[in-house]
Amino acid sequence: MTFPEELRYTSEHEWAREQGGLVTVGITGYATEQLGDVVFVELPAVGRKLEAGKPFGVVEAVKTVSDLYAPIAGEVVEVNAALADDPAVVNREPYGNGWMVRIKPSDAGATAKLLSSADYAKHVEGAHA
Amino acid sequence: MEPSTALKRTPFHEFHRAAGAKLVDFAGFEMPVRYTGDVREHQAVRTAVGLFDISHMGEFEVRGPEAAAWLDRMVTNHVGALAVGQALYSPMCRPDGGIVDDLLVYRYADHHMLVVNAANLAKDFGWLAEHKPAGVTLKDRSDETALLAVQGPKATDVLRGHVPREALELGYYRFTTGELFGAPATISRTGYTGEDGFELYFEPRYATTVWNGLMAAGKPHGLELIGLGARDTLRLEMGYMLYGNDIDDVTTPLEAGLGWTVKLAKGDFHGREVMTAQKAEGLKRRLVGFQLEGRRVPRHGMPISSGGRAVGVVTSGTHSPTLERPLGMGYVETALAANGTALEIEAGSSTLAARVTARPFYTRGSHRS
Repeated sequence: MTFPEELRYTSEHEWAREQGGLVTVGITGYATEQLGDVVFVELPAVGRKLEAGKPFGVVEAVKTVSDLYAPIAGEVVEVNAALADDPAVVNREPYGNGWMVRIKPSDAGATAKLLSSADYAKHVEGAHA
Repeated sequence: MEPSTALKRTPFHEFHRAAGAKLVDFAGFEMPVRYTGDVREHQAVRTAVGLFDISHMGEFEVRGPEAAAWLDRMVTNHVGALAVGQALYSPMCRPDGGIVDDLLVYRYADHHMLVVNAANLAKDFGWLAEHKPAGVTLKDRSDETALLAVQGPKATDVLRGHVPREALELGYYRFTTGELFGAPATISRTGYTGEDGFELYFEPRYATTVWNGLMAAGKPHGLELIGLGARDTLRLEMGYMLYGNDIDDVTTPLEAGLGWTVKLAKGDFHGREVMTAQKAEGLKRRLVGFQLEGRRVPRHGMPISSGGRAVGVVTSGTHSPTLERPLGMGYVETALAANGTALEIEAGSSTLAARVTARPFYTRGSHRS
C-alpha cells in the first residue's frame, strides 16, 4: 500500500497537509479499509483548541468505531460540513473530499515532527507482521 | 492482520481470495468479512440476492431410535413435532437455563442433523456427547460439509433449473434433498437475513462446481458475494440472536425473548424448571431492541442507563443500512422493556439517547413465514 508523499502521517492513521499556514487533517486509505463503510463523522466545533495526540472526533463505520486524534496542536478553523450528508466520501476520497478539519497550528512547523509517507508505510506493514 | 497459518479454511477459500475479500479470524476460521463494502453487500441482499460462505458452521449427525426423544431433552423447542423435511430453530440449554448454543435441527427420514455455531462447535459436541444415551450415535460431519447461503428476493431465480423443482416451492423452514448443479445436496428454505432464500449443504468435493454454478446463474440477477459484516447487519435488522453477543451461557431463552422456542409442555428438558419459575415469577431483565435519535452507533458492551442509573448493557449494535440509522439490542430491567421507553447508552465520553423499539426493526423482508 502506498501513501501520498506530500502528506505527513500519525501512527493512529491520520494524515496532515500543510498549505498556506493551515493544516488539513483526514484519515488514511489504510484506515478506511480497516474501518469499512463510514456512516458518520463527529467533528469538533470551529474555534475549538486541539491538543496534539488527543481525540477530537469520532468516525463511526458500520462495523466499528474509531477516535480521531489531532496530529498537531492548534485551533479548528473549518470542518468538512459535507460529511454530514455524505460520510461515505471518506471511503471514496480519503485524501481529497473526505478531509475532516482544518487547523491553525499553534507551532509553525509542527507537521515536520509527523511521520513521512515512507515511515507511515513501514508502520502499516509492521501492523501486518 | 495477516491471518495465522493455524486458521482453518473453508472449501471456498481460493474464491474469496480471488474476489479480493478482506479475510479475518472468525471462530478459528479464515473468513471473508467484506468483499466490496458492508452497505453495498447488505443492500444487494435486501434488493436482489447475495451468496454467503458459511461453511465454518458445524454439522452434527444424530442417529438412533431414541434420537428425537433425547434431542427433546437437550433443546427447548419441540423436535418430536418435526415432520420429515422440516427444520427447527432452538436454543440448547444447561440445567440452569443458560444457553449452550442456538442451533437448527433438521429431521431427515433416518436421522437428525444439528447445525451449530462455529465458535461453539467443540463445546456443543462435548456437551452432547456427555449427555448422550448409549442408543444414540453422534457424529461431527462439519469437515465433510460445505454450506452456502443464497439469500434475497431473487434467490429462487438464481436456483431455478439447478435444483429440483419442488425445492423452489418449499415453505419457510422446510428442506429437501436433491441435486444442486449436479451435486447431492440438502436444500433448505432457511436463512439469517429476513429475506427469502436457501441454505445449501453438500460435500466439499463439489465446492467448485456449486460455487461456479451459483456465480454464473446469479450474474443476471445481480448476485453479490456477502461477507460476515453484512451478515451481521442483516440479522440485526431482523433482531435475530448472535450467540456470544445477545445470548450466552448466563442468559435464558425467556430473557432473550425466545419464549416461542421454549415448549414447557413437551416434557422434561434442560432448563425447564428454571424457565417455569421465570415464567411464574416474572423476568428480572429482558432483551430489548432500541433505535437511537442521533447518528452515533451503539456497540457491544456499552452500558445502558436510565436517568443516570445503570440498568443494563448493549449486546449488539450497528448502523442499519436499510433504516439509515443506528440501532441495537441489549438487556435492561424488565420495568424498562416496554416499547417507547427512553434509555441512555454510555459511549465513552458521550451519552446517546435511545428508545425501546419493537423487533424486527426491518419488516419488509421477503422471507416466507
